[in-house]
Amino acid sequence: MSKTTQLEILVGAFMAAGFVALFFLAMQVSNLGTVNSGDAYRITARFDNIGGLKAKAPVTLAGVEVGRVLDIYFDSKDFRAVAVLGIYSQYNQIPDDTFAKILTAGLLGEQYVGLDPGGSESVLKEGSEIAVTQSALVLEEVIGQFIYGKAQEGAN
Amino acid sequence: MITWLATLGRAGLASAARLGRANLLMLAMWGGLPAMLRRPRLLLDQMFSVGVLTVLIIAVSGIFVGMVLGLQGYYILSRFGAEATLGVMVAASLVRELGPVVTALLFAGRAGSALAAEIGLMKSTEQLSGLEMMAVNPQHRVLTPRLVAGILSMPLLAAMFTTLGVYGGWFVGVGLLGVDDGTYWAQMQSQIDWHEDVLNGVIKSVVFGVVCTWIAIFQGYDCVPTSEGVSRATTRTVVHSSLAVLGLDFVLTALMFN
Repeated sequence: MSKTTQLEILVGAFMAAGFVALFFLAMQVSNLGTVNSGDAYRITARFDNIGGLKAKAPVTLAGVEVGRVLDIYFDSKDFRAVAVLGIYSQYNQIPDDTFAKILTAGLLGEQYVGLDPGGSESVLKEGSEIAVTQSALVLEEVIGQFIYGKAQEGAN
Repeated sequence: MITWLATLGRAGLASAARLGRANLLMLAMWGGLPAMLRRPRLLLDQMFSVGVLTVLIIAVSGIFVGMVLGLQGYYILSRFGAEATLGVMVAASLVRELGPVVTALLFAGRAGSALAAEIGLMKSTEQLSGLEMMAVNPQHRVLTPRLVAGILSMPLLAAMFTTLGVYGGWFVGVGLLGVDDGTYWAQMQSQIDWHEDVLNGVIKSVVFGVVCTWIAIFQGYDCVPTSEGVSRATTRTVVHSSLAVLGLDFVLTALMFN
């Protein structure tokens, strides 16, 4: 093999290895290979208090991820938070009286939206709104109520 | 007092002039781009000496940095019972910061110093003037292929460093310390964003590639043509590149991840 072709092969192998590494970063390390949020339908849910919920948090049904929180904004008319949920289009059989609540993974973990399916015949579609929701559990409020209750007991 | 002021002024003017020369050189090198595209052979030779020869040190450092991250991360995360997020920690720190920055520092030490010394020696042995005598533009013929090779090599080297680092962390975390294999990758995939993290890391490494190669070429081309001058240029290349990389890294991070 001449010196020229050897050099060409080495440089080619270097370029190829670099691009393979980039491809690996895209598919294996980052989220590019996993979720394609393109084919998802959007529904909204209104909460009194979303706690620490953030965009991109998972939406689960029976513990299985069925979507992601796409956007969160504040409705200045009724002073509630509106979460836009993108549900993957293969899950198109969710009843429209489904109950949405904000849960926490572990004691101090990330917050996510949990869905409890209802019994209605009609299903959630693009643009539907979930009527029944439960707000996030704010730890300070719970502790506050607990201390307040204890104080009441002490007073009696 | 007056002499002191004069010295200060001279130093200030000298560095302003150096900065100006560096920018003019950069412009001149871009002007050599069409000529270089007609002779891809020149680029190929430089890709070999700048890119291929740097792969080994990048690969070894990447694996060890990843292994250290896996070990340190495991000890800290296991205190909070959060070993499951080891993959995220290793991948996020490598993709965002350590990959581009450590690769750039190694690149400046391995490839940058070699570039500066080579060009400096070409200048002191009057090879560059020789080219000029033959009506060949030395900036286009000698410098442009080196600049392009540096800019192309840096992101590829950084990607290799990051990939091997992730595997190094995987080897320590999953292989030796017993973190679950599926969790390591799944947590990583759910938390690392292609745009936010990976692409911004690639942009960083391209910027570092431009800066490191530019500094190395300029120091070599602008050196005093003596053996002492070449040695100074080599030292300055490594020092200036490292400082520029660390400073720019802060600016880029503030811009990208605010």
